[in-house]
Amino acid sequence: MEEFAQQIINGITLGSIYGLIAIGYTMVFGIIGMVNFAHGDVFMVSAFVALIAFLILTSWLGVSSIAVALVIVLAVAMLFTSLANWIIERIAYRPLRGSFRLAPLISAIGMSIFLSNFVQVSQGPRNKAIPPMVQGEFVLWTDHGYAVTLSFKQLIIWGVTAVLLACFWYLVARTRLGRAQRACEQDQKMAALVGVNVNQTISITFVIAAALASVAGTMYLMNYGVVSFSDGFIPGVKAFTAAVLGGVGSLPGAVIGGLLIGLIETMWSAYFSIDYKDVAAFSVLAITLIFLPQGLFGRPEVEKV
Amino acid sequence: MQEATAKPADAGGADHGGRVNTVAALRDTGITVLLAFGLFLPLIGFKTETNIRNELILTTRWALLFSIVAVIGGFRLLYSFVLHPWLERRRLRPMAATVPAWRSFAGRWFVPFAIGFVICYPAIVIGTAGWGGALKWVDNFGIQILIYVMLGWGLNIVVGLAGLLDLGYVAFYAVGAYAYGLLASNFGFSFWILLPLAGVMSAFWGILLGFPVLRLRSDYLALVTLAFGEIIRIILINFVDLTNGYAGISGIPRPSFFGIPFSADDDGFAAVFGLEFSPVYRTIFLYYLILGLAFLTAFVTVRLRRLPVGRAWEALREDEIACRSLGINTTNTKLTAFSIGAMFAGFAGSFFAARQGFISPESFTFLESATILSIVVLGGMGSQIGIAIAAIVMIGGTEIMRELNFLKQIFGDSFDPTQYRMLLFGFAMVVIMIFRPRGLVSTRTPSVFLRERKVIASDLVGQGHG
Repeated sequence: MEEFAQQIINGITLGSIYGLIAIGYTMVFGIIGMVNFAHGDVFMVSAFVALIAFLILTSWLGVSSIAVALVIVLAVAMLFTSLANWIIERIAYRPLRGSFRLAPLISAIGMSIFLSNFVQVSQGPRNKAIPPMVQGEFVLWTDHGYAVTLSFKQLIIWGVTAVLLACFWYLVARTRLGRAQRACEQDQKMAALVGVNVNQTISITFVIAAALASVAGTMYLMNYGVVSFSDGFIPGVKAFTAAVLGGVGSLPGAVIGGLLIGLIETMWSAYFSIDYKDVAAFSVLAITLIFLPQGLFGRPEVEKV
Repeated sequence: MQEATAKPADAGGADHGGRVNTVAALRDTGITVLLAFGLFLPLIGFKTETNIRNELILTTRWALLFSIVAVIGGFRLLYSFVLHPWLERRRLRPMAATVPAWRSFAGRWFVPFAIGFVICYPAIVIGTAGWGGALKWVDNFGIQILIYVMLGWGLNIVVGLAGLLDLGYVAFYAVGAYAYGLLASNFGFSFWILLPLAGVMSAFWGILLGFPVLRLRSDYLALVTLAFGEIIRIILINFVDLTNGYAGISGIPRPSFFGIPFSADDDGFAAVFGLEFSPVYRTIFLYYLILGLAFLTAFVTVRLRRLPVGRAWEALREDEIACRSLGINTTNTKLTAFSIGAMFAGFAGSFFAARQGFISPESFTFLESATILSIVVLGGMGSQIGIAIAAIVMIGGTEIMRELNFLKQIFGDSFDPTQYRMLLFGFAMVVIMIFRPRGLVSTRTPSVFLRERKVIASDLVGQGHG
């Protein structure tokens, strides 16, 4: 029972990270119908930007307050990753809009290969480990010598995820920008006719996706304390699985899907087999797509002649 | 990300007459330089390194950062003042009504010439590089490229003809390789028995994995096949009793020349034919083996396109609903495409295992699937010549990076061109897609025609729904 409770806490933490990345997939798929293959690598790049920002703050500028450092690192990671994703969209995806169906997919796969190798070449192939940023934990309760703990960093991840999701929800549901974004999702031509700047809206979608991915990247770095150039692919696929499970195009679905994938993965690792933990996510992906292609909250796709 | 300069979204700097607007061009260059600076500041400007006490420290690379930004700015200027006006003038020039004579001549004789060249290739290489240097050129370039040509042609059946997007093709390649590796090293069966057997096993897996995904379409199909490919790889890693996990299978028997082994013994190939022993003979034999297998793939594909099943594949690609209403069994059609495509991957896989003598799950990552799919799409789906050209450009291009040691004289000894291979590979994928979204070869030859055989534009061919 205690172990189970602990696994739920760990699963929610992991799931928050997946959920944040999944939103990027779901938004981009919703608006231009493309699986943004490079999104996982954008997440990885953001973790590297966060790593470098953290090192500059702590070892050069001597910032000792972790709270201040974390806020600045988050802001820097969001800024640079958003800029990078904006440029990527501009260069690699925009010229292919409305083109042959496979072209954006191949372009995104190429971008994914490019990004991971760019980081490998520029930062070296070794794992980058930093000392723990946040230490300490709450002991929730102890039973039979097994303590259920909630560490501070897990609490920060939950808090940051919840706050940013609230901001993000407000942005999409209540602002002019969010309305334009939803309009483009439904019908780009009509949205353009009523005066929505479609290109700009799509650009902003990529910026938001990257900003949320960079939050995930910073949290990932804080949680595990280690990042490498190849860390983009597996979390990317898992986050995509989360987006599919929640229903592609559905924002609450992405978050709930992320939490579910996080829970499934930790439970599978704890009670079944840690070697096969990636099989869990991949199987969920295959099973969902085969038996429930519209996901938990998505709209079923109607086949038109 | 360097392509910031190569492809500006709004072509400022020149109007349609090809005249250069200096102010706009300079403004665009300034913006490009700023963006490039922001883009590269964190990852190029700073480098994380591990010091002696195993702590991460930062070093700066301002010189590198500024030179990269300057190069990008230079390219942007060049684009605004030279390239863009030239492209605009060329666009305005009237198109020639007839195809120039040299192009139709080249188009007609290209394929026979190419076939002749690949058959003579080992002889040409030995003639120019000598026996010692030939090994590298035949093995790294010839065999390596031909494996990808064959895989590309095999996947072309699934993606290019049937229009089913498969991102897990490497799984069948792995099945073929492990089938050969395990059966040959445990039971000692010969290559020629195991080659068809590996094909059959891969085809069986093709049906097995194809069956559940029949209902899926486009990107969803791609992702489920990706998931299957990864699951197979994870099983190969963790099923240590059978596959020996990460360590892989080594000491896989090499194929023999119709029973005569390529060894230095008295009954070896060299001794039997009265030649001096050299490892080049085996390599040349393997070269012709994979060449034969690749030609087999191409030949079978060409013949299948004229059979009802091939026609059904292409019909399925053009319009699945119309197919169903005309009474074509889409389930069987898709499964045959999947299994025949998988069979060729199985052949290639068993050849790969026999050539390397060693296989491990590392060789069957998602990157391989992505590479094969990109070769098919970059070459032009459905165009076999295009796929062969794309394999030569992409695989040969990355292999040639190993040979560019003269760059060390420019950039210093610490510069290692090989580590930029995959970086440029990804970059080339993006660039080719932007400039030629339908692939390098822009024409297709339909197998069904009215009165005369014609070459049509690739835009007219369907993209497939699956």
